[in-house]
Amino acid sequence: MEDTAIQSLDAFLQKVPYVRFLGMRVELAGDEMTAVLPFQRTLIGNPILPALHGGALGGFMELTALAQLSLAQPGRRVPKTIDITIEYLRSGRAQDTYARAILRKVGRRVANVQVEAWQDSRAQPIAGLTGHFLMRNED
Amino acid sequence: MSDFNTAPLPERMLMAPHADALGLSLVSIEKGRGTMSAPWREELVGDPETGVIASGVVTALIDHTCGLAINSAMGELTPIATLDLRIDYLRPAAPRTGVTAEAHAYRLTRTIGFVRAEAWDVERGDLVATAQAAFMLNTRAQPLKG
Repeated sequence: MEDTAIQSLDAFLQKVPYVRFLGMRVELAGDEMTAVLPFQRTLIGNPILPALHGGALGGFMELTALAQLSLAQPGRRVPKTIDITIEYLRSGRAQDTYARAILRKVGRRVANVQVEAWQDSRAQPIAGLTGHFLMRNED
Repeated sequence: MSDFNTAPLPERMLMAPHADALGLSLVSIEKGRGTMSAPWREELVGDPETGVIASGVVTALIDHTCGLAINSAMGELTPIATLDLRIDYLRPAAPRTGVTAEAHAYRLTRTIGFVRAEAWDVERGDLVATAQAAFMLNTRAQPLKG
């Protein structure tokens, strides 16, 4: 992994306050990035089940997409989210959550990114997100 | 604070820990409709260069407000689960400004609820996001469902 890509990712994670609010971090194995959302009580949406809030999961997956884009496009400004479609497959339990993003297309102006989140087993994802992101050059 | 199970709907919507952490507040509620707000706070910023609130916060606000609209439409407190949620981010919110969302549960079947939502920052007619969602109704607590 090139230093500039890792610096770009680190800068994204450190300068976006909402990343710290959720408590998200990433693990890198070469160019393979896994985002981690450590469980904390403030992520709970339904305290009876208990289950993670769908919005917290959605925000985490969107940040995962943006983090993967920052790795792929070092030096560019954080892309703007155009639209997202989230599919909830299983209730998110009160434990750590992981996510990986696939850059299906990174065009000059728009990127299409697919994210999947899981807990115990990657083969049984709890949620997925597909999003379009507006790429921005340095002004 | 009363128990989550027995609290009235408006109160219960604010007792969800994530809603509480975001500082969501209830603006209005009527049958099939609900409006909630997310305040601007430094820690919720998504673009540090402009101070604009993170789109993830808007996502959580919309998801929560859709849940409020469905519960108010059903007239009783039943567990529901989001199936899918599509959000178009029409424009960034104004810097250092909170967001308000209104959701309308416009069709309920025995098992599914369909909801539309809109979000704005300053003026109701000048939207920052629109959304469409489907919810499963009357879900049962199945914490170990694989």
